[in-house]
Amino acid sequence: MNPLGITLTLVVFYLFSELHSRKRAFYTNPVLLSIITIAVILKWFGIPYGSYMDSAVILKFLLGPAVVSLAVPVYKGRETIKAYAREIALGVAVGGTVAILSAFYIARLLGGSEEVLLSIAPKSVTTAIAIGISEKIGGIPALTAVLVILTGIMGNAVGPELLGLIKVRDRIARGLAMGVSSHGLGTARIILDDELAGAVSGLAMALNGVFTSLLLPHLIEVLK
Amino acid sequence: MRPYRGLAIIFGFYALGEFTAYALNLTIPGSVLGMLFLLGALHTGLIKLGWVEGEAELFVRNMSVMFIPPGVGIVTYLGLIKSQAVPIFVALVLSFLITLVVTAKTVEFLRREEE
Repeated sequence: MNPLGITLTLVVFYLFSELHSRKRAFYTNPVLLSIITIAVILKWFGIPYGSYMDSAVILKFLLGPAVVSLAVPVYKGRETIKAYAREIALGVAVGGTVAILSAFYIARLLGGSEEVLLSIAPKSVTTAIAIGISEKIGGIPALTAVLVILTGIMGNAVGPELLGLIKVRDRIARGLAMGVSSHGLGTARIILDDELAGAVSGLAMALNGVFTSLLLPHLIEVLK
Repeated sequence: MRPYRGLAIIFGFYALGEFTAYALNLTIPGSVLGMLFLLGALHTGLIKLGWVEGEAELFVRNMSVMFIPPGVGIVTYLGLIKSQAVPIFVALVLSFLITLVVTAKTVEFLRREEE
């Protein structure tokens, strides 16, 4: 194992994070910019993905304990969950199901291949969980990772504006819609406008991750 | 030596989740099961929040960087994305819009009903 892959990842991510802290905009998203930059560097120098991943795999491995750690913010939000239990449960169940079915069927209608359908189905779930689901159901985890980030960027860029456009002003509804449709990046945006909506969004994201990982593997058997 | 307790708990629950998923041949990722087990342990008081809080928040705050290596794997699928650009990107945008609107309107309806 060589230390170059992980060093490259950390340096590139550090630089884009600095840029993002100076210019907070959806197009300075450090994860997406880092992925593109590293992909270009690998291509430029003719480095195979396998030899990059040989060392960067440590970072990917840490996604497992990071998902386990999500238990802490969910546990800390238990009072909010209790207060809005019905809205949260139904919002996640309805939104989470619609997210899977709409992505799957639209892609299929337009002639998407099976591996594309399986990779796009978990796209509204937080990246770490989506990668795990994609692996389990036979999708392409790398494609899922990128589609999840693009979905999050849409929510981050225009989510609150779209909710304004359809005149949704209820804070709980806004938070749930953001968390269920665009996970962490959507949550990061709505929390800037409204702390309560942000807390609900974060919970919706975590619960949608659990809901989708329970539902999707069984649903896929029916859809296929 | 405090962080070792938190890290041991987090990695321990991850291992437990992976083992359970493997042993019972479940389709849920082991990490999600580990999260549910830890949530249960916090709820029953088996694990105190203070034992894991700092370490868990460190993981959650720094999750972003961990997506980069799997994301870079996209270089191996550029041909597939190019050949399926229409289904991929149309589905991505439309599904996002539909999910946002349906979730918001569903919850708004429930809230109005309550009043």
